[in-house]
Amino acid sequence: MFMKLAVKSLLNRKGSAILTLMAMTISIFVLLAVEHIRYQAKDSFANTVSGVDLIVGARTGSLNLLLYSVFRIGSPTNNIRWESFEDIVSNPQVKWAIPIALGDSHKGYRVMGTTRDYFEFFSYGNRHSLSFDKGRVFSSVFDVVIGSDVAKKLGYSLGEKLVLSHGIASTSFSLHDDRPFTVVGILEPTGTPVDQTLHVGLEGIEAIHIDWRQGVKVPGSDITADEIEQLELKPKTVTAFMLGLKSRVATFRVQRDINNYAKEPMLAILPGVALSELWQMMKVLENTLRLVSVLILIAALLGLSAMLLASIRERSREVQLLRVIGASPTYLFLLIELEALLITLVSTLVGVLLLYICLIAAGDYLASGYGLYIQSNIMSASVFYLLLTVVMATAVAAAVPSLNIYKSARMVQ
Amino acid sequence: MTISLNKVHFAYPDMPDKPVLNIPSWTVEPREQVFIHGPSGGGKSTLLNLLSGLVAPTGGELSILGKRLDKMNQRQRDRFRANQIGYVFQQFNLIPYLNAMENVLLATQFSKHQRANAREDEVEELLTKLNISPDARYKQATKLSFGQQQRVAIARALINKPRLLIADEPTSSLDQDNRDNFMSTLLPLVTAYDITLVLVSHDMSLSGYFTRIDALSDINCLTGDG
Repeated sequence: MFMKLAVKSLLNRKGSAILTLMAMTISIFVLLAVEHIRYQAKDSFANTVSGVDLIVGARTGSLNLLLYSVFRIGSPTNNIRWESFEDIVSNPQVKWAIPIALGDSHKGYRVMGTTRDYFEFFSYGNRHSLSFDKGRVFSSVFDVVIGSDVAKKLGYSLGEKLVLSHGIASTSFSLHDDRPFTVVGILEPTGTPVDQTLHVGLEGIEAIHIDWRQGVKVPGSDITADEIEQLELKPKTVTAFMLGLKSRVATFRVQRDINNYAKEPMLAILPGVALSELWQMMKVLENTLRLVSVLILIAALLGLSAMLLASIRERSREVQLLRVIGASPTYLFLLIELEALLITLVSTLVGVLLLYICLIAAGDYLASGYGLYIQSNIMSASVFYLLLTVVMATAVAAAVPSLNIYKSARMVQ
Repeated sequence: MTISLNKVHFAYPDMPDKPVLNIPSWTVEPREQVFIHGPSGGGKSTLLNLLSGLVAPTGGELSILGKRLDKMNQRQRDRFRANQIGYVFQQFNLIPYLNAMENVLLATQFSKHQRANAREDEVEELLTKLNISPDARYKQATKLSFGQQQRVAIARALINKPRLLIADEPTSSLDQDNRDNFMSTLLPLVTAYDITLVLVSHDMSLSGYFTRIDALSDINCLTGDG
C-alpha cells in the first residue's frame, strides 16, 4: 500500500514526474556512458598490443608513432630505409622484428604490409597470438590476409579478388586496379584494430607501387602481374617496425642505440610508456567529462527535489488527512523519499537500456573510426557502485522536500 | 468513561498568553452520541485536535478510553489515534488519486488490529452497508459525488473498528437530501458497532438526531476576550 501510494501519487502528477524522469534519465545515461567508455577505452588500448618491447619509426612524437603504428590512427610522418631496418635487426639482442608498411587502403580499411613473422610474433590482450579463422598466411606476392571485421562487413570469403587503393581515404580515385589481390586467409576476431586491417606481404606493397612515382601512376608503363612475380621484390622502405628482445633488461640499451643511430633519425618507444603518456594526456579530458557528468546529475537531482517540493505545497490537505488516519511524520518523510527513489530507479533502468542500445549502434563506428573497441555489456562492479552512489545522492537530494513534509506533518492541527 | 477532560488548557506556542481552550471539566460516557455546536473560530477544531491526539494540551488531564493522552508523546498518540479513533472531515476525506477501496484500505495500514490481506472482504462489506455501489468502489475518489465521498469517509473512519468517532462538520458540504442520507447511514452503524460519537457542527438542524447537545461556549470557559 505504501508503494501503491507513492506510485499513484507520482502518476497523479504525470506531467512534472515524466519531465523529471527524463532529466534524470539523461543525466544517468551521460554519467554511465562517460564512465563506461573511459574504462573501456583504456582497456581496449591496453589490450591492443602485448609482448612488443620496442616500436621503432621515423623520428616523430612518441604518441604519434604509437597511434599510427598500432592503432592505425593518424598518418605516418616519414618512412625509414630498409637498410636501417636490417641494420637494427642485426643487433644480437633482437629476438624478432615485424616491419610495417602503411599508406594504402581498401574501401576505408587500412592495408598493412608486413612479413610472415607478424603472424608468429605479434600478440594482443593477455599474450594471445593471432590465429586464423579460415585459410593461411600469405605466401605469394598478391595474397592478402584480412581481419574478421573486414571479412564480415565486406562479405569476403577465401578466394575473393580485391583491389587496393592508394592513400587512406575511404573513397580513393587512385586504385591499384591493375593488380588485384586474392584473399587467402581470414583472422579470428581479436577486438583490436587488427580486425579492421588487410595484411599483405611487403613484396605486395612494393609490387603495386612498382611503376608509381610521387603517388601517381606513371603513364605508359605496363608491367604485368606475371612479370612482377618473376622480379625479385626488395622493399626500399618501411613505415615502422616492432621489436621483441631476447632479454627485457636490454630494452633501454637497444632503445638508446636506435635513438642515437647515426645514418638516419629514428625513434624507439616502449609501448607501455607511450600508453601511459597517452593516459596522462587524456586525464584532463577524462576529468572534465566526469565533472560535467556529475554536474548534470546534480542539476537533475535539484530538479527532482524542486518538483517534489512544489508538489508538497499542493498536498497540505493530503498531509492532514494522512496524519489523522494515523500516519506518522516519519511515514510522510519516507513517502517523499520513496517517490524520489522510484523516479531514480526508473530513470536508471531507462538510462541503462538507452546506453546499451547506443553502444550496440555506435560500436562499429567507434571501432572503424577510432580503433576503440567498446563492449556493450556495461554491468561491472564500478558501474554498480556508481549507481549506488546515484541512489544515495537521490536520497540526500530528496531530504529537502521530505524534511519539508515532515515538518508540516508535525505541525498539522 | 470514554472522554474525560479535567482543567484542560490549550494555547498556541506563538501566543501563549491567549488560550484558545480552557475546559474545567467535560466527560462523555461510552456509546454516547454527542452533538457540539458553536460558531466557527470558537475553538472547535482545536478541541477535536486535542481529542484525536493531533495536538497535546498545554495543561490539564486529558484521557480518552482510559488512556492519558497528555502523558503520551506524539508517536504514541499517532498510534493510539490509528487504533482507537475514527475521524470524518467536512471535506477532503479521501486521497484524491486513490480509488474508494484503496482509500479505506490505506487506513488499515496504520492500525495494528488486522493484517491488510484479510481486509478486502471487510471493506467490501462495509461499503455495501454504506450504499457504495460496486462500480463506484474502483472509481478514483475525485470522480465520486460529494455524498458518496462522505459515505466512503465513514467507511474509512470505521474500518479499524475504533471506539470513538469524531466528525468535524461532516455534512456542511452536502445538500439537504445527502445530509439526511449521511446521518441516517452513520447513526445506526455507530450504534451497531458500540462506538462513541462526537459530532461538531454549526448546523443546528442536526440536533434532532441527538439526545445530548452541548454548546461549545458552555464547555469552553474562556476568561477575558478570548
